[in-house]
Amino acid sequence: MRRLCRRLLGLLTPLALTACAATSAPRDTAASPGTGRVTAGSTAASHPGESRAPLPWDTDPFPSTYKPYAGAPTLVRDVTIFDGEGGRIDHGAVLFAQGKIIQVAQDIEPPPDAVVIIATGKWITPGIIDIHSHMGDYPVPSTASLSDGNELTSPVTAEVWAEHSVWPQDAEFSRALAHGGVTTIQVLPGSGNLFGGRSVVLKLVSGRTVQEMKFPGAPYGLKMACGENPETVYGAKGRMPSTRMGNIALDRITWSKAVEYKKKWEDYEKNGGTPPSRDLQLDTLAGVIAGKILVHNHCYRADDMAQVIDMSKEFGYHVAAFHHAVEAYKVADLLAANHICSAVFAEQVPFKMEAVDGIPENLALLYQAGACVMTHSDSGVFVQMLNLEVAKMVAAGRRMGIDIPDAVAWEFLSYNPAKALGIADRTGSLRPGKMADVVLWNGNPFSSYSRPEKVWIDGALMYDILNPKLHPIADFELDNPGDEDVK
Amino acid sequence: MAIRFIVLTLLLPLSALGGTTAIVGGTVAIGDGSAPIPGGTVVIRDGRIVTAGADVKVPQGATIVDARGRWVSPGLIAPFTQLGIGSFSRVAEINDSTAAESPFSAAIDVSTAINPDDAPIQVSRAVGITRAAVVPFAGKSIFGGQGAVIDLSKRMDVIMRPRAFQYVELGAQADRPAGGSRPAAYAYFREALEEARDYEQPFGAKGERRWHEVLTRADAAALVPVLEGKQPLLVHVNRASDILHVLALRQSYPNLRLILLGAREGWRVCAQIAAAHVPVVASVGDLPDNFDSLASTESNVGRMTRAGVTVAVSILGVYLEAYTRELASGLVAITREPGASGLDWGQAFATITSNPAKVLGLDGEIGSMRPGRRADVVIWDGDPLEVASAPVAVYIDGQPQSLDNHLTKLRDRYRQLPPGALPKSYDHP
Repeated sequence: MRRLCRRLLGLLTPLALTACAATSAPRDTAASPGTGRVTAGSTAASHPGESRAPLPWDTDPFPSTYKPYAGAPTLVRDVTIFDGEGGRIDHGAVLFAQGKIIQVAQDIEPPPDAVVIIATGKWITPGIIDIHSHMGDYPVPSTASLSDGNELTSPVTAEVWAEHSVWPQDAEFSRALAHGGVTTIQVLPGSGNLFGGRSVVLKLVSGRTVQEMKFPGAPYGLKMACGENPETVYGAKGRMPSTRMGNIALDRITWSKAVEYKKKWEDYEKNGGTPPSRDLQLDTLAGVIAGKILVHNHCYRADDMAQVIDMSKEFGYHVAAFHHAVEAYKVADLLAANHICSAVFAEQVPFKMEAVDGIPENLALLYQAGACVMTHSDSGVFVQMLNLEVAKMVAAGRRMGIDIPDAVAWEFLSYNPAKALGIADRTGSLRPGKMADVVLWNGNPFSSYSRPEKVWIDGALMYDILNPKLHPIADFELDNPGDEDVK
Repeated sequence: MAIRFIVLTLLLPLSALGGTTAIVGGTVAIGDGSAPIPGGTVVIRDGRIVTAGADVKVPQGATIVDARGRWVSPGLIAPFTQLGIGSFSRVAEINDSTAAESPFSAAIDVSTAINPDDAPIQVSRAVGITRAAVVPFAGKSIFGGQGAVIDLSKRMDVIMRPRAFQYVELGAQADRPAGGSRPAAYAYFREALEEARDYEQPFGAKGERRWHEVLTRADAAALVPVLEGKQPLLVHVNRASDILHVLALRQSYPNLRLILLGAREGWRVCAQIAAAHVPVVASVGDLPDNFDSLASTESNVGRMTRAGVTVAVSILGVYLEAYTRELASGLVAITREPGASGLDWGQAFATITSNPAKVLGLDGEIGSMRPGRRADVVIWDGDPLEVASAPVAVYIDGQPQSLDNHLTKLRDRYRQLPPGALPKSYDHP
């Protein structure tokens, strides 16, 4: 109950916004793993032409140590395929090996060493990507001491990183994998602050450390929030922002500093001299303006979104996605024109004033307008049924005459979130050469009666409904009552 | 036979005509745990179900509703809601679901303040829910007060049963109002019931005051029917050992009519729950959300059901009624998982229809389409446990209900963008 309350009625509901940054957000430009070099602030003065420290927003001092687990070459035959980019093959075949998709076709001759699965009556899809998660940062069991998702000591905390709060032993990860068919998530700071901090993209392969889960090379995100949450949190503390106009004012004050900071670093890079003083908060914001860090903006109201869009143009950044985007349908044309994605819910609980206009047709209306749209969970419970969220929203669209084919609907679950995260060139669809992040469903995944039967991540079988040995159990769960249960 | 075939519309004034209505050709789910019946018939007269099932003779002169290709079921019952008192949870100006500053607890009676115009009632009706229990949250006491059962019609008088139960926290959420610990909550609970016992004779032989130690007079009075077993006690507990402690309260208070709310770990003590004939409103979940629910599993409902417990299901959150069907369909989905305990379709559907009615002591009136029940009927465009399905018609007490609400009107207003010759505010019926 408390978990749901956090999403739906908690005072500090960490609802986030994502933006599809497919058109403007550069891919493969964010920090690369293994570049934890000495930061500029500790280097000596240099001169033009000398080698200088990298721009601080181009480094990742906490590089991914994720390594795919071993997987057998696998051929799944006689299966219904949603390829994640709108394609569908009935009675088709998917082959993957060495962690990558090799081929998707009507039928494929089994390679000699391949495990062959005859999947008659089953479906195969790319793994689901949840662009809005707080798993690890607000883990279970929910206790005050584990509530690490909202640094509510200042409305501007762009310097905090969600990965530093992730508890790898959160049992939610395993349920999302096993019951939800989710293979990749973005963990975001909460929405109590205007600038909540950096996000992190994780593979749902459990690790001893968060570094072992980090999606290699995924761009960082910056969590921002508009509307009621920041103004009510800080209004209650008697400080700015206590109003919507205060939100935007403090946003603009902060972006102005970031523009100046970025210029100092670029001048230093060009001309040498003494490196500027390092400011971790402005590192992140300068990285946003440089297009290296993607903005994921919690925003409910249509008019709030329009304010954010104008502000982003003023300071030269792009919003990748509005998360929750309750009223996105009212400005679907504006969002499409600005190439901003929306991450939406099937059912919007009217728990606060800015949430009262959430309609189940939101997704379909955005799709109709040509805007990028996807689902998201914001919850360790709802992450387990994202496929059903989409089933509901697509059905609502069909009832109002917007027909979205099932195979296209899978884009809302994998390819569009991958685009908004800047990882669509590596995962999110069943294209040869991409990561073999794959779910075999025991029926139509848009049916309430279907569940993941097998889940592969980078070609390694990480869950099998038929094999209890392939059900992950977190450290915390060991020797809890029912720890051997199927959950 | 003067049978008139009528194309189903959303606002067909069927029983409003006062006659007999027969809904024919649909797949009929009675709601009592039985399997759905293809090509069945449901006959309604004077706001009540006459009969429902296969091989039902259509009475002469009945108005016919063609439900071929559709499903017909009783309306869903949500056994844990704040409908009519909670909108919206974070808008303090209109939130009546809790009263932490009130001097009263058990005496709080939600039936005095339910607002039938509450927007979430209109939305919940459109997703097929026709009755709900409205539960007040506990404030500064472990007692939340008296809940009510309402219908989700558009009429002003929606209260079906006021003071239908008393709500009490005796698990993790009890320790704060009780002063800091679970045993303190039990001490408080026992003292409260003793004060209720003394309510009629507040002064002893020496004239000393025997009650009003922890309760107000009104609170003590409100607990008298609980003590006497005339009003059920809805007890929120999840931990297996807490459930046993609650069942043991009957040793001191044999008349208590207990209902367990939550019971995440109920499967571990399901034989004891069944033996005590205590029904359950189960919170469905597979996560160890807190230290009361470490043994959470999707199999909980299936295992309790097999042990003989009457189980209704709910998400314990505000305005999550729209997810009622997901809870039940998940119980069917896990029947294909080795080692899991699920339910067949009929049993699963009963967890959101007849079982909540039984839990509330109202199964003679609502929750199924057995003869004599109130005609709360939903016609769906497909299998109601498939989340893609939706109601095409809803009846409450035989009266057709509007499915329009704030959200459908927004949908229609924003169907086309950008605004046309006039702003969107001029775009309305």
